Amino acid sequence: MILQVQDVTKRFGGLQALTEVTFDLPEGQILGLIGPNGAGKTTLFNVINGVYAPNRGKVIFRGEDITGLPSYEVARRGMARAHQVVRPLTELTVRENVMVGACFGREGHSLGLAARKADEALAQVGLVERADQPSGNLNVAQKKRLELARALAARPYLLLLDEVLAGLNPSEITPMMETIRSIRDEGITILMIEHVMQAIMSISDRIIVLDYGQLIAAGKPEEVANNPLVIEAYLGDPDMTARLMAE
Amino acid sequence: MKFWRQTGFWLPLVLVFLWGGAVLVLRQDTIRETAFTVLMFMALASSLNILLGYTGYVSFGHIVFFGLGGYTGFYLLSEQGWPLYLAAVGGGALSGLIALLVGLAVLRLRGAYFALATIGINEAARAFVSNFGPFGGATGMFVNFSAYEKYGGAGQALWTTFTFLWITTLVVLVVSYLVKHSRFGLGLQAIREDEDAAMVMGVHAPRAKTITYVISAFFPGIIGTLYFFKNGNVEPGDAFQLHMSIEMLVMVMLGGMGTVLGPMVGATAYQGLRGYLLTSPIFKDLHLAVAGLILLLIILFVPAGAVGWVRGRIPALRKVLE
Repeated sequence: MILQVQDVTKRFGGLQALTEVTFDLPEGQILGLIGPNGAGKTTLFNVINGVYAPNRGKVIFRGEDITGLPSYEVARRGMARAHQVVRPLTELTVRENVMVGACFGREGHSLGLAARKADEALAQVGLVERADQPSGNLNVAQKKRLELARALAARPYLLLLDEVLAGLNPSEITPMMETIRSIRDEGITILMIEHVMQAIMSISDRIIVLDYGQLIAAGKPEEVANNPLVIEAYLGDPDMTARLMAE
Repeated sequence: MKFWRQTGFWLPLVLVFLWGGAVLVLRQDTIRETAFTVLMFMALASSLNILLGYTGYVSFGHIVFFGLGGYTGFYLLSEQGWPLYLAAVGGGALSGLIALLVGLAVLRLRGAYFALATIGINEAARAFVSNFGPFGGATGMFVNFSAYEKYGGAGQALWTTFTFLWITTLVVLVVSYLVKHSRFGLGLQAIREDEDAAMVMGVHAPRAKTITYVISAFFPGIIGTLYFFKNGNVEPGDAFQLHMSIEMLVMVMLGGMGTVLGPMVGATAYQGLRGYLLTSPIFKDLHLAVAGLILLLIILFVPAGAVGWVRGRIPALRKVLE
């Protein structure tokens, strides 16, 4: 198991954001994380990569207990993340943005080598021709790719993707999914939050479902899609499941 | 890309080198005094820029490092008989040490909270020094005249001090360039743009910020020692003037924060303007008000400052105007 989350509980004041969340993620898989808005998905990411410390529970990454470590320590151990709200460093060029990932990620490259690694990552996400532009000039789809390149340049063992498909139009989604598959095929394990159901159902090896901070289901995509709890909490109506599985 | 092959590395250095060299050759007291003031603010603004420009942390009370370092250096030189260069480095080291201790406490604050805390630190230092016996309390200290004799009398000592300031300014500019173009500096710029995102990418933000704060405090300590030695005395009212802090900020913003050349341009332009305002009958009591107005206008209309504006307009100049 590359990642083990055990009984993670997180409260903000009186708000119970996560309640005893437990799951395992085997190496080399894509694990989808779905659930309604406000279910605690992004909070769970924040606990896993050290932005928040949980009130209770453990996060074990590659056999090491990383609970409560600050996010930069987690990053150096080989966990990278693409944010839901894209956060490019707007005053820096696209290449410089990606170099930050290469310089301070797992491999901690020098500037010269980081520039090469950045170009490789940009090539992988199809953004190499924009390398010298200020990152503020990119459109939404390109910013999502930049976010992905930055995470990849760190050469992580585990990649957390927070809604990288959100805001993309259908013609942009297919190539992005190809890119995500190519990352998995390189041996990088992926944990991804996604609302685009067809996409997450087709790309994930397994899916877990959060609702009100609790894990209500886990399993293969078709099992999860047919789970009555999930249908009630998230998918809405049984026909939705049929449509999803048909596609 | 080796830094010594970059035009952008050499341009500010050559300008300052030629200018200071010319002053030394001309050897006129009035020119030296003007040049001393401009070089001093250039070096102070460049030091501040290492924190403000690269990391994005606004230190409103940065003058505290000029004051405390200056006091310490002055004490070592005048009371303990240290040679000038050692005393100045000693002053810088104390400023750096204070920044380290203060930084560990206040650098976890962000934005306006950090800025306010730095003002508080300056006021606290002023109150402390005003009541600190070894530093002469509220009346301060006067230079022991025997200190000048080591440098061939008071007149020659002023030239020595100027030369030292000139070298210090060159060193600050080199450090500023190297920080900006290093892996460390890339991490700082990531912090400036989005500190949480930078940490998620692996930037050790607390350590990087503290190191930067120490660097940006070290040089003002050296400069303070030189300034007070030149003046022949030091007192709390001169050492911790909050308005000098604000003026440093204006210079950085005017020239362009986050650039090596910007604080140089800003310091020169601001001192030129200040000289005009102080001698003009209409504005002579208003120069700080004008400084405030300039700051407001820059932030509203040209937030990148002069150098940043040119870099944005003419991409070809980006490699030259760092």
